[in-house]
Amino acid sequence: MNDLAEIISQNEDRLRTEWIRTMSSSVERADLISKAEMNEQCGSILKEIVEGVKTSGPENLSGAGWNGTRELLSSISASRARQGFSPTDVATFVLSLKQPLFVLIRDKMGKSPDQLFETVWSSTRLLDSLALITTEAYTATREELIMRQQQELLELSTPVVKLWDGILALPIIGTLDSARTQVVMESLLQAVVATNSRYAIIDITGVPTVDTLVAQHLLKTITAARLMGAECIISGVRPQIAQTIVHLGINLEDVITKAKLSDAFGLALQRSGRAVVKTAAAAAANPLSGLFGKREE
Amino acid sequence: MSVQKREVLPVKNSNDVVLARQKVRQLAVELRFSLVDQTKLVTAASELARNALDHGKGGSMTVEVIVNGARSGLKMVFEDQGPGIANIEDALKDGFTTGNGMGLGLGGSKRLVNDFSIETEVGKGTRITAVRWK
Ligand SMILES: Nc1ncnc2c1ncn2[C@@H]1O[C@H](COP(=O)(O)OP(=O)(O)OP(=O)(O)O)[C@@H](O)[C@H]1O
Ligand SMILES: [Mg+2]
Repeated sequence: MNDLAEIISQNEDRLRTEWIRTMSSSVERADLISKAEMNEQCGSILKEIVEGVKTSGPENLSGAGWNGTRELLSSISASRARQGFSPTDVATFVLSLKQPLFVLIRDKMGKSPDQLFETVWSSTRLLDSLALITTEAYTATREELIMRQQQELLELSTPVVKLWDGILALPIIGTLDSARTQVVMESLLQAVVATNSRYAIIDITGVPTVDTLVAQHLLKTITAARLMGAECIISGVRPQIAQTIVHLGINLEDVITKAKLSDAFGLALQRSGRAVVKTAAAAAANPLSGLFGKREE
Repeated sequence: MSVQKREVLPVKNSNDVVLARQKVRQLAVELRFSLVDQTKLVTAASELARNALDHGKGGSMTVEVIVNGARSGLKMVFEDQGPGIANIEDALKDGFTTGNGMGLGLGGSKRLVNDFSIETEVGKGTRITAVRWK
């Protein structure tokens, strides 16, 4: 099928111009890419296609002759996936080569219908397969992006905050699965070392279910923190969670637990030899406070 | 005894365990279980679903809203075609595990519900039924 290779290489300039023209009218976000870049990409793809057809034939896309095309298309699709092109745009990129190519084939083989049909057929199959390659690469890149975002979200969702000198808090929100625990543990241990903290409050108000797996993960985190010289306090243990933990038979005797984050903070302050006292100045600054009495206690 | 509602969910990966918990919570809320009872049901579902996944190589959960005279309740059935449980008595003991868990899930879920039964055959699979009445 060297006819196809010949048609493409002999008319490369014309084909490229027509291809880009067809493409710009059907690809929605053609503006995302510069003309020069487009020209260069299309030129190299055409060269690679010629190489592929010559070396391995238009049918055998897994042949070594097609390596160049495959790599080029994959990397182009991957970068388009990152740039925000839609999957349709990426497939259209290759598919819009069809019409200009078919016109050329007709010009050359119009007199011999059998040959014309055969060449059009094999090039349509070829371009369809190439479009599939672009879609696959596109999807793979998007999946990678999603995975990375999930990873980033995981880290975002486990912030370690410094409440006071030597006292950290780690509010956990959502399910504490194994992947999450790993992130929680790492960020907590890192923060313990970086801030030289003696106390770490793990707040589980936002954890909907505490089952044996979650408990095991919490205990592991606490043990690791202890090895780094920090004592953990679990706060946000709601009454219904406390009851369930007891029924499950989970032993939290060695762990300090508090109902509220503020209680845990108070305890950590106290244990580190500090006390919170009300000053006269504060009372004066807020004259209304006396009217409502001591609400906190 | 009549079944008012039945739903079957797959338990094939850890995300399914989350979905199983959510379904049980949703039905428990619909049935107006107290907050403590909701939590017990959801936690038991979490344990049994994870056992079906981790020890039973995956399976399914069937949840039913059941009515018996004036009483209504939530019935959960966890089925798998895994290796089965060789010794039920051992498996229910606190601290017994063949994996690296705490060994509390099975016995714990039994304590979290009202009716609990295990049908299992080595090499065939396991079916665990748990009911909590209102
Ligand atoms: N569906 C099942 N199929 C086969 N074996 C099971 C199944 N469920 C439980 N087992 C066996 O019973 C043992 C005890 O189960 P249990 O849930 O109490 O503990 P665990 O799953 O090992 O740890 P965890 O405390 O995290 O739940 C398991 O280690 C396992 O050997
Ligand atoms: Mg278990």
